[in-house]
Amino acid sequence: MELVCPAGSVNAFKAAVEQGADAIYIGFNDSTNARNFSGLNFNDSRARWALDMAREKGVKLYVAINTYAQAAKFQQWQQAVDQAAALGAHAVIMADIGLLAYAAQRYPQMQRHLSVQASATSAQALAFYQQHTGIRRAVIPRVLSLAQIQALCAQSSVGIEVFGFGSLCIMAEGRCHMSSYVTGESPNMQGVCSPAKFVHWQENADGSMHSRLNGELIDYFAPGENAGYPTLCKGRFAVEDDTYHAFEAPTSLNTLELLPELQAAGVQAIKIEGRQRSPAYVASVVSVWRKAIDSLQHNPQQFNVLPAWQNKLSELSEGAQTTFGAYHRSWQ
Amino acid sequence: MKLSVGPILYFWPRQQVLDFYAQVAESSADIIYLGETVCAKRRELNWRDWLDLARDLAQISGKQIVLSSLALIEAQSDIKTLEKYCQQEEFWLEANDMAAVQLAAQRQLPFVAGPAVNIYNPATLALLQQQGLKRWVMPVELSAEHLNAMLANYPGTMPETEVFAWGHMPLAYSARCFTARQQNLPKDNCGFACLADNTGKDVNTQEGNTLFKINGIQTLSGHCYNLLPHLQQLQGQGVDIIRISPETPAGTLAALANVQAFSQRGQFILRDEKQCDGYWFGREGMQIANS
Repeated sequence: MELVCPAGSVNAFKAAVEQGADAIYIGFNDSTNARNFSGLNFNDSRARWALDMAREKGVKLYVAINTYAQAAKFQQWQQAVDQAAALGAHAVIMADIGLLAYAAQRYPQMQRHLSVQASATSAQALAFYQQHTGIRRAVIPRVLSLAQIQALCAQSSVGIEVFGFGSLCIMAEGRCHMSSYVTGESPNMQGVCSPAKFVHWQENADGSMHSRLNGELIDYFAPGENAGYPTLCKGRFAVEDDTYHAFEAPTSLNTLELLPELQAAGVQAIKIEGRQRSPAYVASVVSVWRKAIDSLQHNPQQFNVLPAWQNKLSELSEGAQTTFGAYHRSWQ
Repeated sequence: MKLSVGPILYFWPRQQVLDFYAQVAESSADIIYLGETVCAKRRELNWRDWLDLARDLAQISGKQIVLSSLALIEAQSDIKTLEKYCQQEEFWLEANDMAAVQLAAQRQLPFVAGPAVNIYNPATLALLQQQGLKRWVMPVELSAEHLNAMLANYPGTMPETEVFAWGHMPLAYSARCFTARQQNLPKDNCGFACLADNTGKDVNTQEGNTLFKINGIQTLSGHCYNLLPHLQQLQGQGVDIIRISPETPAGTLAALANVQAFSQRGQFILRDEKQCDGYWFGREGMQIANS
């Protein structure tokens, strides 16, 4: 199984290489990628530097161009594909059908992976992309259970990549408009979710805190309570008489314990989420997953998740909590 | 401009569904979309019932009937239902997922891309048109300006454009059922909790603003989208069909009557504080941009 790791910066890239990533995915610094945060991502010269380093160390470089190309600015997305091809990236990760078709026609030799943002959950959906845009691999949304992933691997000839660790999107990716509904900016169009420029932290005299997004109250934290980022689906809201995390509590996805099942199912690659994360975070997560995958491959019968690995991942998780998410039906 | 009634997004008792469509059959709507688009477990009407209803309505009303498919395909049984819809030739399919697009295209069944299919540019729409797409419903977050750009850059003849114009907008789909979660029930043993909610449950901020609605695995906009005051603009913008998305039966019929009143007298009645139109004007969806 290939370990696919995130890099939002040169230092995160170095960290991922040093800790044993098999492949690293990056984005260009504009709205063509789904982690379009200020100060993140790669301009052309940094991307060239990354590719040189990747080649030298035998690591693959993938470029995520995984937002939806807007009608009036389609050329901007085409140019990103041209740029990835000129760079010599090993693959582009894309969701937009029109853009995938452009890449297939213009650069047939450059591998195309279907981004999770395309939200393909069935062999039939994958077959559509395969027939019309020649995808070789697909990243599967975090809404499927382990049994569903096993079925998908058995039914499709497209390589399957699943999320191993990181922020938990509880909505089918690429089909969530919650962010644009409240802020006007969305993952699909601007490559952002609950963007930082709309966040307001309001510290109160008693030590409590309000977190707001575009003026709307997303959460209230009592004095001393750990205040999380106001991502819309992780806020505390009132439904009828209950005030609670109506969608999901702050938690991270962690499928380390499912690694043997994922390998047995035929999963081709494990993706680590987090291009927005620090180099230190990337280094820690990648090092744990590298050890786990190596241990599994070395001796599949004796695979054991070491407590030290889980402790390290828990420390790096949102709210210090992790979950199997939809991989286990009990979560649903 | 034609007028359509979108699929019922909520889970209603069987009789309420049948009574509703008996009234819609007599309304000014030109097109009716039928079927379960949110949760495969909702079976007050199964696929055969929907197909029977489609035949009855087509015969009684003479309106175009389109079968709507599930937005989030998770199980093999969901694919089986889709296949059933694609094995008939009487009605177009509203594909709400790429699996539905693939099956319709394979069987050469004309299809409509529903609002959950991500069509953001002419290249995508053109590719789907080659596969048998006859109409697209614009993703709800897109604006008038965006539609302009689609029309201006389209290679060839655009398929019909339908715009979601009234109702709570579908914003997201999850593996998790939020209605079951609110009742502390597991999804696998949900007791069909959403059957009790005629139009979903409001999700309010702790300051009392309604942000969203939960409807099973679906999240809807907290405010009701309403482009009906802007019908004239929509008409001039190349919109072929406007969609009324069912809310309460009475509210939906009132919205339909409003459109008719507008076309006859240029007047509108509907408007309250929980409405929004921001997306159409390129703003955050929940805003009333043009008040």
